[in-house]
Amino acid sequence: MSTETILYLDGVSVSFDGFKALNVLSLVLQKGEMRAVIGPNGAGKTTMMDVITGKTRPDEGKVIFGNNTDLTALDEPSIAALGIGRKFQKPTVFEPHTVWDNFMLSLSGDRRPRFTLWARETPGERERIEALLETTKLVEHRHRRAGDLSHGQKQWLEIGMLLAQEPALLLVDEPVAGMTDAETEQTAILLREINKTRSVVVVEHDMHFVRALDVKVTVLHEGGVLSEGTIDHVSSDPRVVEVYLGR
Amino acid sequence: MTRASVILCLAAILGGAALVAAGNASGLVPTYVVSLIGKYLCFAILALAVDLVWGFAGILSLGHAAFFALGGYAMGMYLMRQIGTRGVYGNPVLPDFMVFLNYKALPWTWYGFDNPLFAILMALAVPGVLAWVFGWFAFRSRVSGVYLSIITQAMTYALLLAFFRNDMGFGGNNGLTDFKDIFGYPLQSDGVRRGLFIASAVVLAGALIVARSVVTSRFGKVLIAMRDAESRTRFLGYRPERYKLFVFVLSAVMAGIGGALYVPQVGIINPSEFAPGNSIEAVIWVAVGGRGTLVGAILGAILVNAGKTYLTGAMPEIWLFALGALFIGVTLLLPHGIVGLFGKREARKS
Repeated sequence: MSTETILYLDGVSVSFDGFKALNVLSLVLQKGEMRAVIGPNGAGKTTMMDVITGKTRPDEGKVIFGNNTDLTALDEPSIAALGIGRKFQKPTVFEPHTVWDNFMLSLSGDRRPRFTLWARETPGERERIEALLETTKLVEHRHRRAGDLSHGQKQWLEIGMLLAQEPALLLVDEPVAGMTDAETEQTAILLREINKTRSVVVVEHDMHFVRALDVKVTVLHEGGVLSEGTIDHVSSDPRVVEVYLGR
Repeated sequence: MTRASVILCLAAILGGAALVAAGNASGLVPTYVVSLIGKYLCFAILALAVDLVWGFAGILSLGHAAFFALGGYAMGMYLMRQIGTRGVYGNPVLPDFMVFLNYKALPWTWYGFDNPLFAILMALAVPGVLAWVFGWFAFRSRVSGVYLSIITQAMTYALLLAFFRNDMGFGGNNGLTDFKDIFGYPLQSDGVRRGLFIASAVVLAGALIVARSVVTSRFGKVLIAMRDAESRTRFLGYRPERYKLFVFVLSAVMAGIGGALYVPQVGIINPSEFAPGNSIEAVIWVAVGGRGTLVGAILGAILVNAGKTYLTGAMPEIWLFALGALFIGVTLLLPHGIVGLFGKREARKS
C-alpha cells in the first residue's frame, strides 16, 4: 500500500439483524484529499462513519488508517487520539458551556482525568482558541452559551471543535443540513480551507453543495460503492441516475 | 452555583454552627438539638455526594445511602471496641452480640478497629473501594440511565440483606449500639456532642469546597459535557468511564465520611440504613434543593429533614405522603429546586 493513502476500507461488511448496512465496501482516500460521499437514505453513509470512528465494529473487513493502523481493533477515544475527527449530522456541541469552553475542551492535548483536574488555561491555549473563534466567525459570541447559538453557528462551532482536535482526517456528516444558502456557501469555503492541511470526507445530500466543493464523489448504494468519479461523471452514470438522482 | 452563593453557604454553615455551639455551651440550646442539627449536616454531606454524581455526571445513583451506611459501620465498629469491659457480658475484646452468639474470637473483619485512625481510614476506603469496583464494571460496560439506577438499588438492597445476617458478624438485625466513648471521651457528654457537631459542619464545608473545585475545574467541564453529549466527548478522545469512575469514587468516599460522623451522633447503626428508600430520599433532598447546584443539595437536605423531624413528631402518618407530594410538587413546579428560584441558574439546562 502506498504511503500516500490515509484511509483504506477493505471489504467492510456490517449487518444489523440480518440487514446488510455495509456490503463489502471498499474505499481509498489519499492524503490531503477531500471526498464527497453521497447516496440515498439507508445507503450506509452513517454506518461507514461509525465503522471508521470505532462506534461500530464491522463483521468483516479491515479499516487501515495511515500506513498500517487497523482501526477495527480500537475504540472511539483511541481513534480520536490517532487524529480522526467526526462531525455529527445533528450539531452536537456542549450546550451548557460557553463557546470558549467548547473550544477549550476540544483542543488537542492530555485527555486524562489526572490532567484535567489540575489543568489551567495556558497562553498557548488562549491563542489557539482565539484563532478558532476567528476561523469559525464566532469571535463576538465567545462568552455565549453554545445552546443559545443559531443552528448554523452550532454547525460552525462543531466544525471548529474538530479543528481544535487537530485531526489528520475529518469526517463531516451533512454539514449544511438546515443551513441558509449564504451559510452553505461559507461552509464550502471553510471546508476547502480546512482541506489545505487535512484530509476530509463529507457525507452530504445537498447536490448544490457537493458541486460547489468540486471534489471526487463516491456514490453509495445498499452498503457498497455504486459509482465513483467527478460529480459530472457520477451524475451521468445511468445506475446512479436510477437509484438516486433520477427520483 | 456562583462563587458568591458558595461563599454565602460556607459562611452560613460555619457561622451557624458556631452560634449553635456557643448557644449550647451557655445553656441556651439543648444538647439534643445540637445533635439533631449535626445529623442534618451529615445528611447534607450525603446530599452533596449525590449531587456530585447526579447533578454533574448524570449518574442517578439510587444506592448512595449504602456508602453512607458503610462509613457508619466502620465508625460503629470502632465505637463498639471502645466499650471494652463495660458491655453487659464484660468481655474485654468481644462486643456483646458476639458473646451472645457464642463467638470465641474476634472475626478478621474486626481487626484493627480498636484503632481510631484505622477506623476512619476504613470509613473512607470501604465505600471508595466498593464504588471503584462497582463503577469499573458498570461504566466500562457503558451501563447508564435507568439501568444504572436499578443496579445501584440492587447493590444497596443486597447489602441490606447481607448485614441483616448474624453470620456476617456486624450485629445482624440490631446493628451496633450502646456506644460509650469516642477517642477516650464519653460520647454522651455535652462537650463531645458539640465537638462532633462542629466536626460535621467543618467537614461539610470542606466537602463543599472540594466538590466545587472539582466541578469548576476542566475535569468538571468535561463531566458536564459528558452528562449532556457523551458520544461527542468520546469522539473528541475523552474516556467517559474514567471520568465517571473518579467522580463516583470521590462521591462514595464523601458519603462514607458523612456516615462516619452520623453514627456517633445518633448512637446506633443498623442494616435499615441500607434500605433502598434511604437512597431515594437523598435524591429527593437534592431535587428539592436544586440538582447540579451543590448549595441546593445542602439546603434541600437540611430543610427536608427538618420538615421530617417536625412531621414525624406532629403527624407521623402524614410524613410519607408529604415526601411523595414534595417530590411530585418539586418536579412539576420547581424543576431547578429551591435554588432555581433565586437569580440566574447556570450550567443546568440539558
